[in-house]
Amino acid sequence: MEKRVTFKGIWLPLLLVLPQILITAVFFFYPAGQAIWQSLFIPDPFGLSMQWVGLGNFEFLLSDRFYRASFLTTAIFSILVTVVSMGVALYLAVLADRLIKGSGTYRTLLIWPYAVAPAVAGVLWLFMFNTRVGVVTWYLGILGYDWNHVLNEGEAMGLVVVASAWGRISYNFLFFLAGLQAIPKSVVEAAAIDGARFWTRFRTIVWPLLSPTTFFLLVVNIIYAFFETFGVIHTITSGGPQQATTILVYKVYSDGFVGQDLGSSAAQSVILLVIVSILTVVQFKYIERRVHY
Amino acid sequence: MKTLTSVIATAAVLGSAQASFAATEIEFWHAFTGRLGELVAEQVDTFNASQDEYTVVQTHKGNYSETLNAGIAAFRAGEQPDILMVFEVGTATMMAAEGAIKPVYEVMGDGFDQSKYIGSVKGYYTSPDGNMLSLPFNSSTPVLWVNRDKLQEAGIDPDTPMETWEQVGGVLDQLKAAGVDCPMTTAWQSWIHLENFSAYHDTPFATKDNGFAGTDTELAFNSPAQVAHIGAMGQWAQDGKFIYAGRRNEGGANFRAGECALFTESSAGYAGIKAEAEFDFEVRPLPYWEAVASEPQNTIIGGASLWVMEGQTDEEYAGIAAFLDFLSSADIQAKWHQDTGYLPITAEAGEKTKMMGFYDENPGTDIAVMQMTAKEPTANSKGLRLGSFDQIRGIIDEELEAVWSGDKDAQAALDSAVERGNALLRRFEASTR
Repeated sequence: MEKRVTFKGIWLPLLLVLPQILITAVFFFYPAGQAIWQSLFIPDPFGLSMQWVGLGNFEFLLSDRFYRASFLTTAIFSILVTVVSMGVALYLAVLADRLIKGSGTYRTLLIWPYAVAPAVAGVLWLFMFNTRVGVVTWYLGILGYDWNHVLNEGEAMGLVVVASAWGRISYNFLFFLAGLQAIPKSVVEAAAIDGARFWTRFRTIVWPLLSPTTFFLLVVNIIYAFFETFGVIHTITSGGPQQATTILVYKVYSDGFVGQDLGSSAAQSVILLVIVSILTVVQFKYIERRVHY
Repeated sequence: MKTLTSVIATAAVLGSAQASFAATEIEFWHAFTGRLGELVAEQVDTFNASQDEYTVVQTHKGNYSETLNAGIAAFRAGEQPDILMVFEVGTATMMAAEGAIKPVYEVMGDGFDQSKYIGSVKGYYTSPDGNMLSLPFNSSTPVLWVNRDKLQEAGIDPDTPMETWEQVGGVLDQLKAAGVDCPMTTAWQSWIHLENFSAYHDTPFATKDNGFAGTDTELAFNSPAQVAHIGAMGQWAQDGKFIYAGRRNEGGANFRAGECALFTESSAGYAGIKAEAEFDFEVRPLPYWEAVASEPQNTIIGGASLWVMEGQTDEEYAGIAAFLDFLSSADIQAKWHQDTGYLPITAEAGEKTKMMGFYDENPGTDIAVMQMTAKEPTANSKGLRLGSFDQIRGIIDEELEAVWSGDKDAQAALDSAVERGNALLRRFEASTR
């Protein structure tokens, strides 16, 4: 049953939602409108002149095979980052949940990486995997593996995924652990007494009860992978080799701020806006149905 | 709380002290940090101390791209600095921005002697009718750096001639055969192996005099000469003779650590290599292909120039002119050239450096100057003036990486780079219309 509060007039409810509407208008509708408007022009960088091109910027973008490939790259990257960071975090959280001694220390240590800024994380991983002086590269070399993410597309993707997921594991771990600890021990213990093994208990009790947390993290992590991994990619690969790690957001930056092509950059922002809207609808319409609150 | 009050009090005193000087403030935004940043600060301090009419305030605004963006954003907000440092690939963007920039020759006024600046340096920044639009600040050109100890170890005479790429090819064979892990590496691959390669072999990089004659230019670096060079480099990469380290100057770390025998890098790498290299190193002129040209033309520059922004007061423009004049003086230029390895921008500064005996004490530091000035620049070797060029370089980097990894052959990669780059040139053309 939904609860509804009914107001008599129109003015009070309007007044109550006004702050929210104002904030949305200033920080979302106005910039989004600007982006849509700018996407119809080719402006010069200094804003001295603007050429109306209609949908020309979109045509230019969609006829670029590298831009089309960037959609797939973004999808692969986001899925990998989300799966890796959530998978590892869940595994660690389940282990930490069962820990009796020293769990405080363990948790604190696991949360540390979250405090590292993405760009700094990128530099750390880059040092380890530097093709000539990196420690990991050196050990891999001893094992007979020639690591070269500067030229190898798969390795480059692997490296940015790991570097992006690493700091995120801490964040996910925190939420998963809190979620796990909120599950009533009595339910789990009752199942144990009934003879359910760990895996059965996890699948039939823990996982469903954890689903609100998982859903929340899924949404947050996909948004993270889409927008906030910029620093990692910028420091490690700059989108290379051959645009193998150029995700959509990175291209918005490089076209707009390196290439000074603000028309194309605005058109890309509009496309991103559409994608994120679709993703949000899909997430809330289809995935949330499977969530038990 | 007490400290806070005293800080505010001090700030207020300082503020009023500064105001009482009433000197015209000149804002100068640049992209230098570290040692170069210190040297810029030193130049500015010297200027400020030399007179009391103007105070130049220098501010570091990030790397080259970030500095340009900061300048653009500031202009859009009506708060542009007086002087903005812009890297050479941003030249076309700045030139096209009529109404945002004030050409240097106009700022300097009637008494401005443009002939004292070295032709191949200023050529990059002059209008088609020969007027200087910006003041070259830091300019360098690519040379071949040699680790003589490494050659010796591999049983090669360190004085072996390496004027041509044919000869270098032979040396690379010997280095590889002797088991050297990194026979050669490079920095700035597009700048050195395509842009400079083209100028050095008097071959067009783009039509319309490399873009100097109009924005309707098209890229032309997929001609046989460039394909042959990139093809040879690609083969060396496959054979482990050329080690690719990255798009910028990542290879420098390997060379300075003594891993690589040969290194194609900017002449401005001098300060870093001299400070770090624990081996006997040497500067050689950039090699050329004998099969393509009987003798090399000149190389072109990289680096940055100073642009004067529109919308300042007459007083400020007078101050800017005084500062730019100061920077062009022989003493300041000679010191800058010797401290950094950047090219002198005036012939006088080069002469002065020679007179001081600097080239004798630091052999090889004049190679870059000679390489730049040996011949009068042609339409193919004056420089490049292409819009969206930072992005086009990115495209070239991607395509070259495909050659180094063996994914594409040189012809296919360069054809693709030309096609993709042309699309961007057309967009730039549209934006300037």
